Amino acid sequence: MNLINFDKVSFAYNGNIILDEINFSINQGDFIYIVGENGSGKTTFLRGLLGLKKVNSGEIIYSKDLNKNQIGYIPQQKDIKADFPANVMEIVLSGRLNYKKGFFYSSKDKSIAEYNLKKLDILSLRNKPYKYLSGGQQQRVLIARALCATEKLLILDEPDTGLDPEARQELYVLLKHLNEKENITILMVTHDIKQEMINTGKIYRVADGKIAIENDKGDEND
Amino acid sequence: MINTIIEMLSYPFLQRAILVGLMVSVCASLLGVTLVLKRYSMIGDGLSHVAFGAMAIAVVYQLNPMLVALPLLIIVAFSLLRLSENSNIKGDAVIGLISVSSLAFGVLIISIKKGVNTDIYNYMFGSILSMNQSDVYLSIALSLVVLFLYFKYYDEIFSVTFDENFAKATGVNVGLYNGLIASLTAITIVLGMRMMGSMLISSLIIFPALTSMRIFSTFKTVIISSVIVSIVSFLIGIILSYLYSLPSGATIVTVNLILFIIFSIIGYIKK
Repeated sequence: MNLINFDKVSFAYNGNIILDEINFSINQGDFIYIVGENGSGKTTFLRGLLGLKKVNSGEIIYSKDLNKNQIGYIPQQKDIKADFPANVMEIVLSGRLNYKKGFFYSSKDKSIAEYNLKKLDILSLRNKPYKYLSGGQQQRVLIARALCATEKLLILDEPDTGLDPEARQELYVLLKHLNEKENITILMVTHDIKQEMINTGKIYRVADGKIAIENDKGDEND
Repeated sequence: MINTIIEMLSYPFLQRAILVGLMVSVCASLLGVTLVLKRYSMIGDGLSHVAFGAMAIAVVYQLNPMLVALPLLIIVAFSLLRLSENSNIKGDAVIGLISVSSLAFGVLIISIKKGVNTDIYNYMFGSILSMNQSDVYLSIALSLVVLFLYFKYYDEIFSVTFDENFAKATGVNVGLYNGLIASLTAITIVLGMRMMGSMLISSLIIFPALTSMRIFSTFKTVIISSVIVSIVSFLIGIILSYLYSLPSGATIVTVNLILFIIFSIIGYIKK
């Protein structure tokens, strides 16, 4: 099932075309990597996908089954202010904002937050301040928040930056698990192709204003 | 100590000053946490200078300063928000320009129309004698509006403060809540501008939040601590200013500074 479709979409900054009439689609259950050099336009692509940047021409079509508020975004670690005072529960609950009715989060919101903390194996950190967590733990908090907002699609921006090899390995295992066992569609933007990525999903490369597939897991019969 | 407070409360002008001062302290400390974390402190500072210009217009044309400043500051707050969101323009530099221009304009207009007088000093550094009964009613009504909206949209404000892009990507109307934060800040500055003075009012916004973040590390505890720090600074400041005939605004800022130093030391030791 098709979730999001880019139909001849172009993006530009100050009149300079960054991405030129690209076609691209995300299907339910996909595991997609978007790779590209700095300045290739992969960040623009991501901002467009998230609705943070308007298209210049063409159209991004969202499936009827995917509400605009069902895109779970996991920003780069550096986009979160390192000294921000907040504990894990405060952050994860903020993923439920669109479901909140009335003054406070309901007990249902809280139990969904706890359910996702448990799923990511960080329930014991629920009252810990975010700034005292390790990079890998912070990552899990942001994934838990995103899962509170959606059960359909996670979009991660360079999630492996700044993680040690062990934490990076765990992240890939976790994402693979969410994709295969929970049928969550995953799209990850990353700087370069890493070993872990080769047999797990479709790899697209952004370069020269275009986006093109580099491998297709489905074609290789593995 | 108790006797001093009872004595102070026997003066109607001090009753009014303390009541309004407490309300302003609470509003300013709540918004301060968000403004400091969003790196919007400059907006509070810019608005307070524009408030001086507004008060100058009001005194020259004999209008109510709060009623002149309120709409003007809300408009300016939205413009400053736009500036700081637009990465093409050096937002902080433009805010600096607006600040000094408002200040210069205010001083000039008062000097030309009335001659240099104590008004300028009072508007810059504050006076607790400035409130009449109708100002008090208006101040309390506006404070209640700020408090109600802040707590009604507490979770939304947290969300856009912590991670604007996530909020936007999940369909939260980020522009609306940024506008709300800017408007509430404008109202708070209007409330506090005459008592604290336009040069000192932004300290009421910035200090309690910074002080609390030296020790506390969750959003809720920082909020609670900021409110307490702000109230304590105000009360100690106003009592000291009464006892030793000190200017109230400057005394309150100094108490805030001392608390900041104490919290920094405790925070350093805790580490």
